[in-house]
This record gives sequence, structure tokens and C-alpha cells, in this order.
Amino acid sequence: MSTKHVASIALLVLAASTSAAGPAPAPRAGGISGSVTFTGTPPKMMKIDMAKEPSCEKQHPTPVMTESVVTGAGSTLANVVVYVSAGDQPGPAPTGTVRYDQKGCEYVPHVAVLHVGQPLEIYNDDQTSHNIHPLAKANAEWNKSQPAGSPPIKATYDKPEFIAVKCNVHPWMHGYFAVLGTTHFATTDGNGKFTIPDLPPGKYTLIAWHERFGTQTQEVTVGGGEAKADFVFKALPY
Amino acid sequence: MRMSNAVAALVSGLGLCLLASGAAPLRAQEAQVDGMQGNAAAGKEHYRRFCVGCHGKEGDGNGENALWIDPKPRDFTIATFKCRSTPTGTLPTDADLFHSITRGFVTTNMPPWGPLTRQVRVDLVAYIKSFSPRWKSQGAGTPITVPAETPADMESILRGRGLFQKMECWKCHGPAGHGDGPSASTLTDSKDNPIRPYNFSSGSRFKCGETNEDLYRIFMTGLDGTPMPSFADNIKPEDAWDLVHFLRTLQPLQTPEAAAWHAWLPSHAAELKPIGPDEGGQ
Repeated sequence: MSTKHVASIALLVLAASTSAAGPAPAPRAGGISGSVTFTGTPPKMMKIDMAKEPSCEKQHPTPVMTESVVTGAGSTLANVVVYVSAGDQPGPAPTGTVRYDQKGCEYVPHVAVLHVGQPLEIYNDDQTSHNIHPLAKANAEWNKSQPAGSPPIKATYDKPEFIAVKCNVHPWMHGYFAVLGTTHFATTDGNGKFTIPDLPPGKYTLIAWHERFGTQTQEVTVGGGEAKADFVFKALPY
Repeated sequence: MRMSNAVAALVSGLGLCLLASGAAPLRAQEAQVDGMQGNAAAGKEHYRRFCVGCHGKEGDGNGENALWIDPKPRDFTIATFKCRSTPTGTLPTDADLFHSITRGFVTTNMPPWGPLTRQVRVDLVAYIKSFSPRWKSQGAGTPITVPAETPADMESILRGRGLFQKMECWKCHGPAGHGDGPSASTLTDSKDNPIRPYNFSSGSRFKCGETNEDLYRIFMTGLDGTPMPSFADNIKPEDAWDLVHFLRTLQPLQTPEAAAWHAWLPSHAAELKPIGPDEGGQ
């Protein structure tokens, strides 16, 4: 087999795999990646005392820390939601369900990202009763109890909003629902890295949101390949 | 973001035009209670006289008295209300708001406004609804169904006691209902103001009424904006009366439930497992 043949087979395979991924537009999709860092002094995270809830306390051999500012090596920031706020085509909500867990009296993930209208399912994996109290403002605020062993609570949100979530029974539990109007988003990992894949070439407005440090905006142009966008937040210790 | 906001504003603006020009018999900021129509413009006059001192000109709960009031006056701009006949997360009915104004909120600075005529109170409901756009974008929720009350016998009271344990009501309200559960001291409302769980031993009225049916609604709809969640997903309607009957035994009131309980208790106290952590209740 000549190298020409191999190359054309490879191209065919490539074409097949992209078409299998969905009806993507013809231009080769690029993406945006980068890292999120901070300057200044972030607040110290505190040890959570779960003594009032022994069934949760015993799930954690080492004490759990609060998660309002999670940092990584090299002054990087985790749990930052980076999303396209303008420039992309608004599409229908993904049909997949976003899962949010209450496990060991913590919210997993700390920040759940979902699309406007996308189904959300909230699970109680603990042997204790939780109440899920998302403090929505643009959307309706509700508050439901969920005893151990009860089925998941299903919800959707119809307006974009960053919604703080708390459990009134266990006051240390804090999380967020990031309700977005785009499917193009990423949450930074433990090293502050993010990648937003599958963006057709074009100009985009990118917003990075952090629950404590607010938002940063940046214009990014995506060509054929991967564009870079780094964000730097100013951290305050309190 | 800015673009989509503009589009959203345009769309909701169009929606408003449609609503205003549509053939709807009742405009969104009007109210209706038991056949009586409320008028927002008339309500505004009364609001400026009776309500503005605490709830403020903008309806945001920042009236000049608000600083000295705890719990804080209701912020009508977010349209989150404690006392509803409708499920958690939905708007209350006009009648719910009317009853809240009439009843007042015991243990708070909100007095009962029964001395105002019915018409004035219905007009106030209409005006209060003008502070949040939610009344235009969505109607009131559908009131929950409250089935006929089951007999308040000892079996029911004991099943209710089991629910009080299982649903972990005691975590906030305390094992004896004194409002002193392990989470009580940490509770805050949705505006981060400290708030206390109801103390059943105080014998005071509930914030949202005083009948068994009011009590049923309180835990099956939740008190939105406070830590009190809705139990509608976890307590079956037929079981909910059991919890009502048990809760009555925690109050120092002469109710049929309390009478049954106090007659039964002396000879059976030893059989009861205490309520609290790692116990099964009865």
C-alpha cells in the first residue's frame, strides 16, 4: 500500500469520525484553551467541622476544607467557569442530564454547569437528610428536603444565572449552579487549566467567572486551531 | 451576554405589549380575591400610607424602619413569599397574599391588617404584585391539594412522630420542638440574616396560620426564602396528616391531639425511643 493510500484512508477515517460526532459545519473546528491564575493573597480555606453529622464526618479520613477559593500550584485557580458569552450560535439545550451529588455532606461537583432548560438531577448519596436550597434570584427560588434514600430531585432553570446552593441543615455546604445560555464552556481543573473544544472559526467574547473574585471578560479570535486565553484574577484575603 | 440580554429584553418587552393589548380580562398587576377585584393604582395610595414605612417606596423591604426590624420586612421585588398554598418555587395566589396581610406575621413587626376594609386589602395585593416582573411572566402556582383530615388518634400521632425523626425535623426544631436542634443556631434566610426555627413550646401561632390545614401547608409547600424546605416530594399526602397530629402534641395548647397524647404518654413513655441522632423514633 502506498503512502498516498494510507493518507487517503486516514482522511476517510477522520471524515467519518467527525461526521459521527454530529452535523458539524464544514470549517475545521478550533477551540480555546488557557489557564486561570491570580495575583494577591487569596483567603485561607478553613477546616470544616462535621462533628454534628457523624455519618458524613466518618467518610472523610482527613478534614474537608471549604471550597470558595481552590488554588493549584503556580497561583492557579480551580472551579472557574469559562464560557462563550457572545459570538457563538445559540442552540437548543443539551438533552443530557447534569448530575449534582450530595456526598459526605459536600456538593460534588462544587460548581455544576448546565444550559438553560437542561435537566438537572440532584442526588442525596448520604445517610442523612439534606435540604437543597438554590438561592436563585433571576429564576424562582425553591427549597426542598431530601431525606436519605429518596429519589433524585429534578429541576431546570429558564434564565442564565449563577445560583448559590446551600443546605440549611449543614451550614458548611456551599455550591453553585452555573446556568449558561451556551454549550461552549469549561471549568478549570485543579491546575487552573481549561479547554473549550469544537468552536468554529470566529470572534468570541469569553467570560471567566469565579464565585469569590467575580468575572473577567476577554475577546478571542479562533482560527483553524486552538486559540489561547489566559485570565488573571485579583485575589483579596477577605 | 450583552447581545442576548438585549434580545431577551426585546422579547420580554414584546411579551408585555402582547399582554397589555391582549384580551386578558385581568391585567397582571391587578388582583382578585373571592370575586373582589383589586386595583393597583388604588392600592398604591394605601401602600404609601400603611406599608411604606417598613417595605419601602420601591417595595424592596428597605423602608425607613427596616433597619430596626428583625426579621426584615419582605422584599416584594424578588417575589419570594413564605406563606403560600402553592408549591415551593412558585408564586402565591392572590388569596394567599390577602390572607398574609389580614393575618399579619405573629412574632414579627407585621401586624394583622384586618381593620382595613376587604377592598383596601385586595387593592394592596394588586399593588404588591406590581413590584416584580415575575407576576407578568408567570402566573401563581397551582395550590396543592389538601386531602380530608384523617382521624387524630394515637396511631396517627405515633406515625407522625416517626416522620419527625425520619425527616429530621429535629435537626432544626429540636427533639422536643423547642427550636433548639443542632442546626438551629446556624440558620440564615435567603438574604443571609439569622433566622430562628419555630419553637413549638412557645404556643404562638404559626406564621402562616393556626389551623391544622395551615400546618399541613407549611411543611408541604415550604416557607420560601427561609431554611424551611418543602417536604412534598418526601411525605405522601395521607401521611402528612400524621405529622400534623404529632406536631400539635409539641404545643402547650389544648388540642385533641395533645389530649390524646397526654392521656397515652404516662403509661407508655418507656416504649418511646428518644428523638435525635442514631435513634429510630417510634
